[in-house]
This record gives sequence, C-alpha cells and structure tokens, in this order.
Amino acid sequence: MPTCKDFLRELSDYLDSALDPATKKELDKHVQECPDCWVVLDTTQKTLKIYKGCEPQAVPAALEDKLMAALKVKMAEKKLSG
Amino acid sequence: MDFGVEFQRSTQDDRNFSAQPTHWVIVREAMTSTEPQSDEDLVELAKSGDDTAFPELVKRYSRRILRVARNITNHEEDSEDVLQETFMKAYTHLAGFQGNSKFYTWLVRIAMNESLMKLRKRKSGKLVSLDEELNTGEDTMIREIAVWEGNPEDTYSQEELRAILDKTISSLPEGFRSVFMLRDVEEFSTEETAEALDLSIPAVKSRLLRARLQLREKLTRLFKSKGENTFAYL
Repeated sequence: MPTCKDFLRELSDYLDSALDPATKKELDKHVQECPDCWVVLDTTQKTLKIYKGCEPQAVPAALEDKLMAALKVKMAEKKLSG
Repeated sequence: MDFGVEFQRSTQDDRNFSAQPTHWVIVREAMTSTEPQSDEDLVELAKSGDDTAFPELVKRYSRRILRVARNITNHEEDSEDVLQETFMKAYTHLAGFQGNSKFYTWLVRIAMNESLMKLRKRKSGKLVSLDEELNTGEDTMIREIAVWEGNPEDTYSQEELRAILDKTISSLPEGFRSVFMLRDVEEFSTEETAEALDLSIPAVKSRLLRARLQLREKLTRLFKSKGENTFAYL
C-alpha cells in the first residue's frame, strides 16, 4: 500500500493522468482512505483550476499604442528593404 | 483548408493550363465572413505581405504574452520591454517560422527567453543559475492541511483574485515560476516545457511538483476555512 509520502511524490503525475493504471488504482484507494491526502489533492486541484481560469489583465492602452507604433515602423522598414 | 483567401492561378500560367500549375498568387477575398481567422491563416497572410495580419496576431496574444513576462520578470518595466521585443522578434523571424509548432507556442518561447535574459541582467549582471534557491529541501513539505472556504472565484473579484495569484506566483523561485507558467498556465506539454527551458524531463517534473505544492500551500493560507469548518472533510 502506498504511503502519504508516495502519494505526494506521485501527485503531479496523478493530476496529469500520467500514471499506469495499477499505480493509479492504488493511489485512488489511498486518497479515499486518507483525509489529509484528500485535502492536499483537492486544494492542489483547486490551485491549478484557479490559475488556469484567471484571465490575463488587459494591456494598458498606452503600452498597446507604443507596441503598435513600433510594429508599424518595423513593417515599413521591412517593406523598404524589400 | 479555408485560408479566408482565394487562390488564383497567375495569368502567366494560362498558356500552360494543362500542365500542373506551379505559380499561384494569393488574392485576399473581400472579407464578408465574420469568422475569426486562424493563427495559421494570419501567419501565412503576414508572410505574404498583408499589413493587417500580424497586428491581428499582436492583438490576439499581447495580454497573454504580457502575463508571461510579468510573472517571470516580476518587474513592470522589464515586462513591457519583453512584450515589445517578443513581437518585434517574431515579426523579424516570421519567414523562418515553419509551423512545426503552434504560432502561440513559438511566441511564448520567445517571450520566455526574453524574460529570462532580463531577469539575469537585472541580477547585477551576475550569471545566476536557475537552480539557485531551488534546493531548500522544504518545498515539498505540507504544513497547511485545510479545506478552502467556498470558491475564491465567487468570493473575490477578478481583479482581486488576479492580484493574489500574481503575488503568490511571484514569490516562487524563478526556476519554479517558469516551469509552472509554461505547464499549468500556458498548457505546454512536459516535453515542450523541457525544450523551451533547456531542462531534462525529470527536472521539469520535479520543479512542477514543487511549484504546485508551494502555490497550494500559499493559497491555502489565504483561502482556508476558519474555525470549526477547517476539518470539514472529516
């Protein structure tokens, strides 16, 4: 039977579904029986979900204008150089 | 494949109509469709000299590139420079982009390189190993075992939550931040992350685990249930 330490070591592969079926089955059993590991799994899943779901901040208008102006110059240079 | 353009044979080939056509010109069709064009279409149009295509890609990805730059450099001015340098480099080298990876993956790799260069320059010009600060031996320790109070996405506004997440990720060692950003935020594969950061696959996996656990630990300190509900799972 895997220990909490084993579970923790495999946690990333467990979350990424990158484990072989036998190991996954053993860890599924462990997490059902171990409240601490269940909490660690649950809060790690929530951590990833919250990061994935967070929309990036808009680019400030002044920065976007600066970027587009620089791009315009670059495109004109490219045209001139053929 | 629908390129949003129409391919027409060049008139110089009309004489050899029966032969396999070898010269084609791309003529942009009147854009009656409101369907967004794919990255691949826009890249091809930009390569063929369409002035509107590359700016469209910039608009599409600038906020995500700025997030990568901010989270890696931890420096506002540097991240703004990285944003500009990334798109300038991408434009300059567009002809060499063969489409072996997705355009956005290629763009993030440029942004990551630019960010790491800025980071190294800022550290007093000293060359700093990415392994620095990584071997604390405490980064897989679990201290906070508590369920979260509700759903932070409901409790905080988008802006508040983004500020919390940015602050939390910026507190990780650089070697963890870059792996976490690529794998879990930008959704690169383990192999793509290893290649982009010039790391081995076991190193990516090890850093990812430690980054995830450290972030979990830090967020749990902020979001955990207080009082009786702390062990609500029991």
